Amino acid sequence: MERIDSQGLHYRELNEMIKRLAEDGVREFQLDNINGQRYLGTGLAYSDISMTINGVPGNDLAAFMNGPVITVNDNAQDAIGNTMNAGQVTVHGHAGDVLGYGMRGGRLFIKGNVGYRVGIHMKEYKKQIPVLIAGGTSGDFFGEYMAGGMLVLLGLERQPGTPLSGDYLGTGMHGGVIYLRGEVDPFTLGKEVSVFDLDEADWSVLGPHLQDFCAAFGYNYEEVCAERFCKLIPVSNRPYGRLYCY
Amino acid sequence: MIRSLVSPEFLVKIDHQQCRRCKRCVLNCGFGALSFMDRVVPDNNKCVACQRCVTFCPEGAITVERHPLTFKNNWHWSVDNIRAIYKQAESGAMVVTGMGNDRPYISYFDHMVLDACQVTNPSIDPLREPMELRTYLGSKPNALQFKEQDGEVALDTRLSPQVILETPIIFGAMSYGAVSLQAHKALAKAASIAGSLMNTGEGGLHKELYPYGDRIIVQVASGRFGVNQEYLERGAAVEIKIGQGAKPGIGGHLPGEKVSQEVSQTRMIPEGSDALSPAPHHDIYSIEDLSQLIYSLKEATRYTKPVGVKIAAVHNVAAIASGIARAGADYVYIDGFRGGTGAAPTIIRDNIGIPVEMAIAAVDDRLRQEGIRNQVTLVAAGGIRNSGDVAKAIALGADLVAIGTAALLAMGCHLCQKCNTGNCSWGITTQRPELTARLDPEEAAERLANLLRGWSLELKEILGALGVNAIESLRGSRERLRGVGLNQVELDVLGIKPAGR
Repeated sequence: MERIDSQGLHYRELNEMIKRLAEDGVREFQLDNINGQRYLGTGLAYSDISMTINGVPGNDLAAFMNGPVITVNDNAQDAIGNTMNAGQVTVHGHAGDVLGYGMRGGRLFIKGNVGYRVGIHMKEYKKQIPVLIAGGTSGDFFGEYMAGGMLVLLGLERQPGTPLSGDYLGTGMHGGVIYLRGEVDPFTLGKEVSVFDLDEADWSVLGPHLQDFCAAFGYNYEEVCAERFCKLIPVSNRPYGRLYCY
Repeated sequence: MIRSLVSPEFLVKIDHQQCRRCKRCVLNCGFGALSFMDRVVPDNNKCVACQRCVTFCPEGAITVERHPLTFKNNWHWSVDNIRAIYKQAESGAMVVTGMGNDRPYISYFDHMVLDACQVTNPSIDPLREPMELRTYLGSKPNALQFKEQDGEVALDTRLSPQVILETPIIFGAMSYGAVSLQAHKALAKAASIAGSLMNTGEGGLHKELYPYGDRIIVQVASGRFGVNQEYLERGAAVEIKIGQGAKPGIGGHLPGEKVSQEVSQTRMIPEGSDALSPAPHHDIYSIEDLSQLIYSLKEATRYTKPVGVKIAAVHNVAAIASGIARAGADYVYIDGFRGGTGAAPTIIRDNIGIPVEMAIAAVDDRLRQEGIRNQVTLVAAGGIRNSGDVAKAIALGADLVAIGTAALLAMGCHLCQKCNTGNCSWGITTQRPELTARLDPEEAAERLANLLRGWSLELKEILGALGVNAIESLRGSRERLRGVGLNQVELDVLGIKPAGR
C-alpha cells in the first residue's frame, strides 16, 4: 500500500504521482491530509485499485473514472463521479452539488446529505447501470434529465419536518428509476414523473445495493427497509414527442 | 376536416416520352415521393428537391421545379411564413429544419475584398516557391526561452500540446446519429489524408474510427453521449460543446427513431431512446465551473491534448471568449449564425446569433486588448463557403476555420435542408441502411480530401497575390482587407477600412 502525505501538494502534482504509481503496479493508495485537492481518481482506469482518502477531497473526484474503488473518510465536495464509467465511491459524510453528472456505471454511496442537481442525466446501457445512494436528504433538481440508472434517497437521521428532497424532483426525467424512502409532496415533482409503489422486481434490484450501502455505513438493513418506500419513474420515455413538425 | 393547406413546395416533372420505366428513381427517392403504377407517379407533397432522382435517372427524364404557388405576391408575408403557419395550425408544434440559416441577411464575407501586390511589393508564385499553410491548434506561450545544451540552442519553454494541421481548414462537429457512419468514416479518412481534423460532435466515436484517432476532435457536451476514458484517450483534442451557431442556447435532441443499434452502442444509450442533450451543461454556471470541466478533461488526458470550447456567436461573444481563454481552454471555436445543424427549430436557426465575421473581429480585438490572444487558437465556423471566406476569416483574426455544410456538399448533399427527417437520399444524414449504403466512404473521403486540396491551393494563390509566403502572415492582418458597401459602424466592428482608403 502506498501512503501519500498530501499536505501542501497541488492537485496536478498529486494526481500525476498517483497515475505514475498506478502504472508501476501500485494498487492500494492511502491519501492523508487531503485538503480540497481536485480531480482525485479522475480518468483512473484500473478496476483493481482501491484508494482511501483522509480529509476532504475537492471537486470532480472520480470524474471519468473507470474501475477503482474510493473511500472518503470525511465529507466531499461537488461533482463526484462526473461521467464515471465504473467503480465505486463511498463518502462517509455529506457531499455537494452535481454528483454523478452523466454517470453511466459504477456506484456512489453518500452517507449524509447531498446538494443540488444530483444525478443529472445519469444514463444506462445494457448491463452498465449507475447507482447513486444518498443516506440523507437532497437539494433541488434531484435526478433532473435522468435517462437511466438508479437514484436512491433515504432521508436517514432526518429531523422531523425536514423535506426529503427539494423541488423539481425528476424534472425532465425520461429513463431510469428514483427510489425514495418516505413520502414525497406531489408539488415538488417534475411533470414528467409519477409516484408508484415498489413491487418485488424493484426490491430485487434495489435490495442488494441497499444492503451494501447499509454494510458500508453500519446501518441495519431491516430497519432501513421498515419505512415505506416509493419510486418515481417517467410516465413516458418519449416525453418530447409532439414537439416538432417538418 | 379540411385537407392539409400545406401545398407542395416542388413540382416533379417526368418526361414519359423519355422514361424507360426502369424505376431507378423510385428506388432512389428516400422520401417516398415517387411510386410506380404503370408509369412513374410523383407525389409532389413529398418531394424535397434533393435531386437524387434527377441525378440518377439514366434518361435525364426528370426535372424538379419550384411549385408555381398560387399565393398572391406579398412582400411582407413570404411563402415560407404562410407555409409555416399552415403547418403549425395543423400540428401545434415547432417547425424544425436542417442545415444553416438560409435567410437573406447580409453576408459580410461578400462585402470584404482582399488586397494584392502590384509593382513595388512583388507577389509570389506559389507554384514555384514554398508556401506555408501549416497551422498549430493549441495554446501558445507568452514568450519562448532557450537554453544552451551541449553547444546547441534548445527550447527551454514547455509548450502546451499542439495538433499539427497541414491546412487551416478542419471539419466541423457532426455527430454519428445526425450523419451516417459512412459519412463519419469519410470525414475521418479525409482528415487523415489531408492532415486536418474531423470532429465527432456529441455522438461518441464508433470503433471503426479508432484508427483515425489522431485526426479526430472528440466532443464532450451536456449529454455526455459516448464519453468515457477510452473516448478521451483516442482523440487528438477534446472539445467542450457549449453552443452551436444554428441553435445558440438550444440543446440537442436525437429522436429515438434515429437511435439504431449501432448508434445506441456508440452513444451508450438504449436503442430507440431519445438522446437529449440539455441546452445548458447543468454543471456549468460560471467561468469557474467551465474551468473545472476543462481541467478535469486535462487531468483525464494527462495534459497531452488541447482542450477547446465551442460556442455560438452571440451578442456578447468577445467577453465570453475572454472568459473561456482565462478558464484555461487551448482553443475557442466560434460558430456563427450561418452554421448548420442536423435539426433545429427554424425560428431559432433563422433569428438567433450573429454573423461569424463580426464575432471573429470582436473576439480577436478583445483577446488582443487583454494580452491573451496567444493563449487560445481561434477556430471560426458558420457558413464558410469557399477559400475566399477562409482567407477573409483568417485575415479578420481567426487561426483556422471549420467547415460543415461545405463538407456535406462535397459528399453529395444538395442542401435540401431535410436532415432532420432521417430520409437523406444521399446516405449522409440518415441511419436507414438502404440509404447509408449509398455513400461509399472511400469515394466520399476522396471527394472531401479533394475539396481541402483545392481550397488549400487557392489559399496559396491568395497568399502569393498578397506577397506573403505563410498563412501565419495573414492572421489578423486586417490591413489586407477592405470593406465594400459597408457603413462606418460595420467597418469599425470589423476593424477594416473601406475600399479606396
